[in-house]
Amino acid sequence: MNLLAGINPVTRILALILLTTPLLLSVDIVSAAVALGFTLLAAPLCGVSWGRLLRRGWPILMAAPLAAVPMALYGRPEGETYLHFLLIHVTDNSLQLAAAIFVRVLAVGLPVVVLSADVDPTDLGDGLAQVLRLPARFVLGAVAATRLVTLFRDDLDSMRRARRARGIADQGRIRHFLTLAFGLLVLSLRRGTKLATAMEARGFNRVAEHGRTWARESTLSGRDGVVMSVCLVASVAAIGIAVAVGSFRFLGVA
Amino acid sequence: MTALVEARGLGWRHASRVDPALENISLRLERGEKVLLTGRSGAGKSTLLAALAGLLGDEEDGDQTGTLTIDGTVGMVLQDPDSQVIASRVGDDVAFGCENLRIPREEIWPRVRRALDLVGLDLPLDHPTRHLSGGQKQRLALAGVIAMGADLILLDEPTANLDPVGQREVVEAVTAVAAETDATLFVVEHRPQLWVPLMDRFLHLDEDGLHESTAAGLPAPPVLPAARGVAPGTPPLVSARDLQTIWGPPRTLDLPQGASTVITGPNGAGKSTLALTLAGLLDPVGGELTYAEELRQGLRKSPHAWSSRQLAQRVGYVFQDPEHQFVARTVAEEMAVSGGPQERIDELLHRLRLTHLAEANPFTLSGGEKRRLSVATALVNAPALLVLDEPTFGQDPTTFVELVGMVRELTDRGVTVASITHDELYAHALGDHLVEVR
Repeated sequence: MNLLAGINPVTRILALILLTTPLLLSVDIVSAAVALGFTLLAAPLCGVSWGRLLRRGWPILMAAPLAAVPMALYGRPEGETYLHFLLIHVTDNSLQLAAAIFVRVLAVGLPVVVLSADVDPTDLGDGLAQVLRLPARFVLGAVAATRLVTLFRDDLDSMRRARRARGIADQGRIRHFLTLAFGLLVLSLRRGTKLATAMEARGFNRVAEHGRTWARESTLSGRDGVVMSVCLVASVAAIGIAVAVGSFRFLGVA
Repeated sequence: MTALVEARGLGWRHASRVDPALENISLRLERGEKVLLTGRSGAGKSTLLAALAGLLGDEEDGDQTGTLTIDGTVGMVLQDPDSQVIASRVGDDVAFGCENLRIPREEIWPRVRRALDLVGLDLPLDHPTRHLSGGQKQRLALAGVIAMGADLILLDEPTANLDPVGQREVVEAVTAVAAETDATLFVVEHRPQLWVPLMDRFLHLDEDGLHESTAAGLPAPPVLPAARGVAPGTPPLVSARDLQTIWGPPRTLDLPQGASTVITGPNGAGKSTLALTLAGLLDPVGGELTYAEELRQGLRKSPHAWSSRQLAQRVGYVFQDPEHQFVARTVAEEMAVSGGPQERIDELLHRLRLTHLAEANPFTLSGGEKRRLSVATALVNAPALLVLDEPTFGQDPTTFVELVGMVRELTDRGVTVASITHDELYAHALGDHLVEVR
């Protein structure tokens, strides 16, 4: 089941902003937990099963503890002290902050995973140019460039083999990595130039002067409005509950 | 009726160069003409095409002299199939040019369907472009140009990077377009024979300028001595028994010592994968791969476990895209990176006419120079086995003949060579031993 199928990709971006921006106002565990709960419940309805969320979201699952641990060790000391060693000061307050940060990273990060799933770059480009009115040349260039990403992998494989064939793959790892990265950069620039030429050869150079038409129409419909409203309601509710139970802490102070 | 294209005394000098790339060109093209342009590499064919396509840029990019007027829409199909796919879906790719010309939406989709029909691409509009073959990609680009309603269609070596099947597909599609529309065709090709039946005017560009020519005046395909076959009893340098590569069925084949083996087969059959595996660059999945002692030179382990250094001293590999193997800032450094004595480097640079480019950046060389440099780097360590992957793709006849001559010299000196190719002429000249891959 996917309630988001067929909505405008621009809606996904706007919904993400509506869902996560209010969460940046407070560092408390309640508002983040409510928002995270909403995301977890909504994910399977949006075509992202929990298994898929886990697979796609692992960088965020790694980042959350990485953000929380320093907060626990060095967060502003307050309340009972559990551990004190040099600069490390684990207290009631620092643990609370750590937990809040942990949940918050997930609450802000996982919606990105859910909302960015299954977005087609072409549809996104259509939306950005026609709905948000971003400059056509910029948007189309970016969309065309996404197609080149798949070619990078092939380039990288060939370059690795070429370096082995030429007898220079035994050198230090860092040096090897640097020459690969540089080579990839050069190749990407060249591919980009060729693609730009191909685009100009089909009239793209006239777009700056007189604009262009769009073969595929991109508009917002009622469903898009519903998706955005639901996300706004969820984030406002999260903040409201936090205020109601008295755990709201504006930007983490007091 | 006025001419479609009228150029008078047209010239162009790139801002970074001293000499003009194009000088004093006068050209008149009528509507519906089918013109084939030939000329040596570096004579300015690409610059002339870019001028006609309006791609030369402004004063910052260079200086234009003379005048050029074009009374119509121009579209161009480029040489490299991969670099001219713009959209991720077939329909969107064809529609791209129409959108840029501000054609109304209702009119675009019928045009797209008609254009796809005309080039014989019978695919759904949402078919992913990444699944297309080279020939299909070229036809897709052609469809994009037709949908724009181009009055002048420029084709820049559209078949140079294709296998024979892809070449035929493209020529057929262009023939259909020529019959159905009254567009003017302007084709640049190194191997013009494919196009002769379709053309009604022939032009030749050289240092003295642009000349009218005839079909009979076209450069004939180079005549090369035929392959020699392999003497019975020649031991294999490399032998594969039921060798299973990561792609394709298990294969059994030999590379006879001191002979030239040519590997042919359709696109996607796994020729490159096989060659990489034979050369110790890809791990085999199963089966047996045996190197003769002449190649192992004392090493016991399987070639895939050799160090990069050890491998490079025994096997040279020329990759399909020379740019993948460049790692240095100058041609001289590029040669030095591979090791090998200085005399050998100098000799190779001289032999491959690269000495004057020793200080040039490898990426700024022409296509033929890049190919020669990639061959030179593979030969620095005097390997006993040289593997070449499509060495003649996109090369002009001069470089082609040179490459064939070099490979022959190598086998004369006892080096074993294996090449992947689609080129019948190359196979005819160097197929001492033929391997067909399916």
